[in-house]
Amino acid sequence: MIRLESVRKVFPGATAPAVTSLSLEIPEGEFVTLVGPSGCGKTTTLKMINRIIEPTSGTIEVGGQDVLSIEPHLLRRSIGYVIQQVGLLPHRTVEQNIATVPRLLGWPRDRIEARVAELVEMVGLEHEMRDRYPAELSGGQQQRVGVARALAADPPVLLMDEPFGAVDPIVREHLQMEFKDLWRRLGKTVVFVTHDIDEAVRMGTRVAILNIGGILEQYDRPEEILANPASEFVARFLGEERGLRRLGLLPVSSATLERGPVVDVSAGPSEARAVMDRHEVDWVGLLDGNRLLGWVPASEIGSTPLRDLEPREFLVRLRPDDSLRRALDAVVTSRTRVGVVVGDEGYLGMLDVETVAEEITE
Amino acid sequence: MIDFLREVGAWFADPANWTGNRGLPGLLSAHVGLTLASLAVSAVLALPAAVYLGHKRRGGALVVSVVNIGRAVPTFGVMGVIFPLTLAFSATARPLGYWATFVAMVLLAMPPMFVNAYTGVRDVDPALVEAARGMGMTDRQVLTDVELPLALPLVMAGIRTAAVAVVATVTLSAWLGYGSLGTYVFVGFAQRDQVLVFVGGLAVAVLAVITELGLGGLERLVDPLRAIRRRRR
Amino acid sequence: MTIDWDWIRRNLLEGSIWQATQEHLMHTVIAVGVGLIVSFALSLAVLRWPRTYAPITWVTGILYTIPSIALFTFLVPIFGLTSIFTAQVALVSYTLLILIRNIVAGIRGVPDHVVEASRGMGMTERRIFLDVQLPLALPAIIAGVRVAAVTTVGLVTLTVIVGQGGYGLFILRGIGRRFLTEALVGTLLAVLMAIVIDRGLVLLERLATPWAQRRRPA
Repeated sequence: MIRLESVRKVFPGATAPAVTSLSLEIPEGEFVTLVGPSGCGKTTTLKMINRIIEPTSGTIEVGGQDVLSIEPHLLRRSIGYVIQQVGLLPHRTVEQNIATVPRLLGWPRDRIEARVAELVEMVGLEHEMRDRYPAELSGGQQQRVGVARALAADPPVLLMDEPFGAVDPIVREHLQMEFKDLWRRLGKTVVFVTHDIDEAVRMGTRVAILNIGGILEQYDRPEEILANPASEFVARFLGEERGLRRLGLLPVSSATLERGPVVDVSAGPSEARAVMDRHEVDWVGLLDGNRLLGWVPASEIGSTPLRDLEPREFLVRLRPDDSLRRALDAVVTSRTRVGVVVGDEGYLGMLDVETVAEEITE
Repeated sequence: MIDFLREVGAWFADPANWTGNRGLPGLLSAHVGLTLASLAVSAVLALPAAVYLGHKRRGGALVVSVVNIGRAVPTFGVMGVIFPLTLAFSATARPLGYWATFVAMVLLAMPPMFVNAYTGVRDVDPALVEAARGMGMTDRQVLTDVELPLALPLVMAGIRTAAVAVVATVTLSAWLGYGSLGTYVFVGFAQRDQVLVFVGGLAVAVLAVITELGLGGLERLVDPLRAIRRRRR
Repeated sequence: MTIDWDWIRRNLLEGSIWQATQEHLMHTVIAVGVGLIVSFALSLAVLRWPRTYAPITWVTGILYTIPSIALFTFLVPIFGLTSIFTAQVALVSYTLLILIRNIVAGIRGVPDHVVEASRGMGMTERRIFLDVQLPLALPAIIAGVRVAAVTTVGLVTLTVIVGQGGYGLFILRGIGRRFLTEALVGTLLAVLMAIVIDRGLVLLERLATPWAQRRRPA
């Protein structure tokens, strides 16, 4: 979909090239993150795709077409572009901002109106915000408008330059998750620049790690990079806790869950004791059919029927799509030393430290 | 055009134009004298108040109003209004039109001097002021040792702006009867003498440019950060 | 100090005050209008070739420093003692420095990321200038026009010296006849016109920039 071949950029007056000779191929529908230290040319590379910066030499093709063969402003109308400071036109309303490219393309008014309404909803804004001016919105809201604006003409490709960098960490995480969901629904090709390795690994289906001067160190799926860094540089750049980062990418559902020490409330106290013995633990989980009620310490099991006991809450109930990293956190911080997994159908099983560790070494 | 300039040159060459009460030196010194006197009074009135208010960081809205009003009032008009009022002063030694021009010039010079001194003192980097206070300087020391030196270039700029404006406008004194370089212009228009008109304008223009450049140089000299600024270039 | 109210009433009825107002206003509007056009042209040159900013500022600065009366006198040999051009060329010259400075500063003051986002969306440079930079530079430009207009109103009173009309006529005659009322009326009307124009432009700015009036609800 996007092909860079021996792309080179030397800024006038510079001693070394910003991008030496980069060759990269981004298949259609992929979410590629460009990440690397300051001076690695990731932003320069991004901006050469839509010719905000003109390449010194080399070829860049988008959708099979050489970007140098079209007028820059026409090229850019078919590529979505989101930058860190958003760059919303302050003197235009949210609606007018989003409608910018469709207007440039000459869309009829009702089509534009419908599209704006659709996008506003898609990015999670309220309809009444359409008539507000950017100065009246919060940072997170402005970013959403920026994304909506980039998607307005339905471009196949989206270029994003640290789009979530200017908002506070809590809002950023929300935006990241929502955008990833949005991407899954829309299926666009995204090129995403970030300096944050966590963000790169979390968001990308492929990650390109660049070194200073635009040298491509590794380009692969994030799990692969984390498991097998291609060079000393990549390993150092990924930093410590590579294992934990990988866990952050794996869902709980990929692990083998055990049924664990649980017993149905209809059973008798003696069966509960047997279960605890078998698993060598001093507590037991209580189920009602498929519903997980909680857990009870051994000391509270006497002769009273299990149904009449007051079970304690598990502090964390994991869902199948939660990451193993979250699971590990739950395991380590709980009294029971397990993480229980509950899905829509009910109790699915539990995992402990060994289960999680197995996934890392896989 | 060349002929005209030749005539102008001839005027300057004529020794008669350098003597007497319509001579260049006489009118020039009257012009400069009136300028200096009004600037001095204006400075005494405007600067202390401006520096004080700037130091205390008060009165910002007042400053804005002063500037706007100062700009709107036509000096010519002010002179015309004050003139009949000053006829009462004709009893003093000063000739007709002196006081009207004088008062108008003081009023003309005050806004730029005031505004520049005010903002110059007020806009000194607050971090510096805070650091100075933190070191134990008294309020007055902060003013004399930190704010004033750093504000000096702006104060000088205000004086420069005022001086150029006054030099230019003292020309109008001729309309009220007080002899200055404007006399050439006034008489020139009355006698339909284009050369004389031009001479008057030329003299005033040269004086204005000299004032601008001269005080501009002085402004650069009093800049305490002069050496650093030059290095930054 | 007595004011001759009779004189005022008479001249209002006879229309001479109204006529002076028209003349004064016309001179102001023409000078500022032409000044704006010339300043815009020069500003476009500065924006396109930044190196021209220094020489242009230098020239307009000198023009600004030269006293108005002197400038009139320089133009007399060219246009004559009582020509409207003598007056207008001088008046226009005085507006150039402030207008060019404000236009250039206003355009350059538009945030870089807004321009970059606009470019990234595929706007042509011309469209960026007309639809983005110019509207956003409007507050700075209008601020410059306000200063230029108010200063011009004051300077127009002087153009009576080169045979033009306006409130300056009242002032000059008032001086000549030692007639306080006439000079006072001339002065006050000039101040009044300056204030009305200034406030009018403030209103215009508010109407032209609806986005600047709205702030984020806290």
